[in-house]
Amino acid sequence: MELDPKVPSGPIQQMWDKRKFELKLVNPANKRKYDVIVVGSGLAGASAAASLAELGYNVKCFAYQDSARRAHSIAAQGGINAAKNYQNDGDSVWRLFYDTVKGGDYRSREANVYRLAELSNNIMDQCVAQGIPFAREYGGLLDNRSFGGAQVSRTFYARGQTGQQLLLGAYQALMKEVATGKVQMFTRSEMLDVVLVDGQARGIVVRDMVSGKITTHAAHAVVLATGGYSNVFFLSTNAKGCNVTAAWRAHRRGALFANPCFTQIHPTCIPPSGDYQSKLTLMSESLRNDGRIWVPKQQGEPRAAGSIPEDERDYYLERLYPSFGNLTPRDIASRRAKEAVDSGRGVGELRNGVYLDFRDSIKRLGRGVIEERYGNLFEMYERITGENPYEVPMRIYPAPHYTMGGTWVDYDLMSTVPGLFVIGEANFSDHGANRLGASALMQGLADGYFVLPYTIGDYLARVGPQKTDPGHAAFGDVQREAEDRMKKLLGTKGKRTVDSFHRELGGIMLERCGMARNAPGLTEAIERIPELREQFWRDVNVPGSGDDLNQSLERAGRLADFLELAELMCRDALHREESCGGHFRDEHHTPEGEAKRNDDDFAYVAAWEFTGVGSAPKLHKEPLTFEYVPLSQRSYK
Amino acid sequence: MDLVLHVWRQASPTAKGGFVRYEAKDVNEHASFLEMLDVLNERLTEAGDEPITFEHDCREGICGCCGIVINRVPHGPQHGAATCQLHMRHYKHGDEIWIEPWRAKAFPVLKDLLVDRGAFDRIIQAGGYVSVRTGSVPDANAVLVPKENADLAMDAASCIGCGACVAACPNASAMLFVSAKVGQLGLLPQGQPERLDRVLNMVAQMDAEGFGNCTNHGECEAVCPKQISIDFIARLNRDLAKASICVAPERAVAGAG
Repeated sequence: MELDPKVPSGPIQQMWDKRKFELKLVNPANKRKYDVIVVGSGLAGASAAASLAELGYNVKCFAYQDSARRAHSIAAQGGINAAKNYQNDGDSVWRLFYDTVKGGDYRSREANVYRLAELSNNIMDQCVAQGIPFAREYGGLLDNRSFGGAQVSRTFYARGQTGQQLLLGAYQALMKEVATGKVQMFTRSEMLDVVLVDGQARGIVVRDMVSGKITTHAAHAVVLATGGYSNVFFLSTNAKGCNVTAAWRAHRRGALFANPCFTQIHPTCIPPSGDYQSKLTLMSESLRNDGRIWVPKQQGEPRAAGSIPEDERDYYLERLYPSFGNLTPRDIASRRAKEAVDSGRGVGELRNGVYLDFRDSIKRLGRGVIEERYGNLFEMYERITGENPYEVPMRIYPAPHYTMGGTWVDYDLMSTVPGLFVIGEANFSDHGANRLGASALMQGLADGYFVLPYTIGDYLARVGPQKTDPGHAAFGDVQREAEDRMKKLLGTKGKRTVDSFHRELGGIMLERCGMARNAPGLTEAIERIPELREQFWRDVNVPGSGDDLNQSLERAGRLADFLELAELMCRDALHREESCGGHFRDEHHTPEGEAKRNDDDFAYVAAWEFTGVGSAPKLHKEPLTFEYVPLSQRSYK
Repeated sequence: MDLVLHVWRQASPTAKGGFVRYEAKDVNEHASFLEMLDVLNERLTEAGDEPITFEHDCREGICGCCGIVINRVPHGPQHGAATCQLHMRHYKHGDEIWIEPWRAKAFPVLKDLLVDRGAFDRIIQAGGYVSVRTGSVPDANAVLVPKENADLAMDAASCIGCGACVAACPNASAMLFVSAKVGQLGLLPQGQPERLDRVLNMVAQMDAEGFGNCTNHGECEAVCPKQISIDFIARLNRDLAKASICVAPERAVAGAG
């Protein structure tokens, strides 16, 4: 298989314009002859579905929740980046591009990142016009804040609920198109598989989660906007329903999966409190603007935070990275927190966190300012922990949060399966080995509003408007496979619950393929995961039937796919003999303990081909070149 | 702590439902309410029973999926929080808890504690948006918005669409939900061109879905996890009155033409 990223030639500043000009267009009167399936209704899915419908295509949009408004993009708190330079602090498209490539530790595709930076400004314009109530200054202009990995203030925000507001903007645009009849919305509908006809993605198999009915849908192209796979760790900041099924089923049908080991462990989450823990809650990274991170210098410190004198505190990020301080990128902040806890200096009852302290900011700015900036986050923290962060420092610890890896796509966001497009977190393209804060919202919306609606037209124009026959044997075959899988899960009638398997898998992954990885650990995980998978299929207990609403069955189906993905993640992590961004191998670090890349051997995207369950996947490489942001050791000192 | 739970079980929309008594043992005070139900569900599954179906997703109070009536109060005893943000430290050993789904004609029960809130989507489809096409927009800073308007709009926009307002209202009215969207967009310059049509269409859809009218009980505000003020209902009523006078008759004329 030849991996062609289809990056346009010429100077990077002109690539997207050039590509847009090359793209074939579908004449406005012909657009209504094309059907497009969009799976997922988060930022990427909703914005794509709405934009495609506005253009005139017939769109079917699928979501597993009861409404498109509930997609997990809604939980993003901090903000969205745009290179507007409204603060007059030296920002530019070029700087956003540069920061993102560097922040991704040189494992992303330069051309994609440049386009993302370019489009960031259009996104802000769009979102403001939709009536999103962004934070304003007294003069009525948009306000900005700063975020990790950048030295300019380019992050726009709507209190601590930016993701919610952006999603509702996209959701409302989508509802507007549902009202016109151009989008048909299928809620409580889970995609179980993708259908290929003559090698092209031509439809999907879907389970109606209320009636249990499994049906097929045909279209000219399929767009996956199904998010990331952090829930492979069981405990993550993702919503409980987030899953890899759509992307994994596409992978099994031929879509290469790129850099699966690039996962982001977010530094500012509330530490777990017990074995009943069902998810971890993120506290926005924006808190690091005004909070100072520290641990006691002394191991096993018995005193409460307030009684530990200044000179017995270790503000380790400020000490190690004087110029970025508490605003170092996420991967670094997370790894340093792990080090602090592993060294016996963790805080809290379970000694599993570090302090994020607002004492000094409250003194400097007053409680009112802090309340205005972070009020809802502080409340959220207090509700969960029972502690008041205005009085005692927050306790935080890293948690799986985002996955940079995902389905391999070319510059047009098409996977290696023709007609199968993958957008938002579900693809691999823009964040390299580490995503900077406030960039996920930017990417989801750039893909959905401004990239896919153009690039998909080129594909559609080339395949022509002839409809796929929904009676084609491929649809029936894939549907039967999906039905059989459901029957098998229900028929096993074993002893262990779905969640008990999921927790065990999560434990293995967090331990062996989490913030720090090494060859013996990964090798062990690669042995244990297939055993667990085998045990799952032999001993899982899925109560109820497949003919009605059955949440255990939904979870079991998702876990079955996580159990396959987990092995691929470990294999990818083991093969990548270097440390970069969120992928930290104990064997590869600088004398100061920073990630040490191996650009000679690993400056490539690892795109894996599925060869069967339990069979070693085949590696394909997309070489990465850095023409505009010269390769260098990342430094935030 | 040990608790006694009375949980509403209903196999399907048409089946007859009823309360079933469960004992929840050794509940940890740091666990969330939904985690307490998770643990109970694990035990039910292990015992060969069918677990309780309830809606949930983000579990951090923002997606709006979860919603359970706990001892007659939507989202339970904690002010300004969704069910998923309620922790067991609010209960004590021996407490008895009655757990029910939202009760409203427009929110039919699908199974156990899970209801169909599709009506909310249809209300938004009736006009809860600004009609802008992707791309055809001015620069983000071209239109100034006074900070107080933006802040007030944000108060309204924080609605998570959970439906607790409907569940709490004796009339099962959706006025707080509708007024939050009408209020948000009505406070911003971007929302002005469609302001009057929006309120007419959204209220008409609300009525068509079978939600009741607002008679100023204020129960909605009291249970709203985002503490959205009923002042927005007053704003809606002002817009509605104006629209009824200015737009509705014009429409009748336009319709006749």
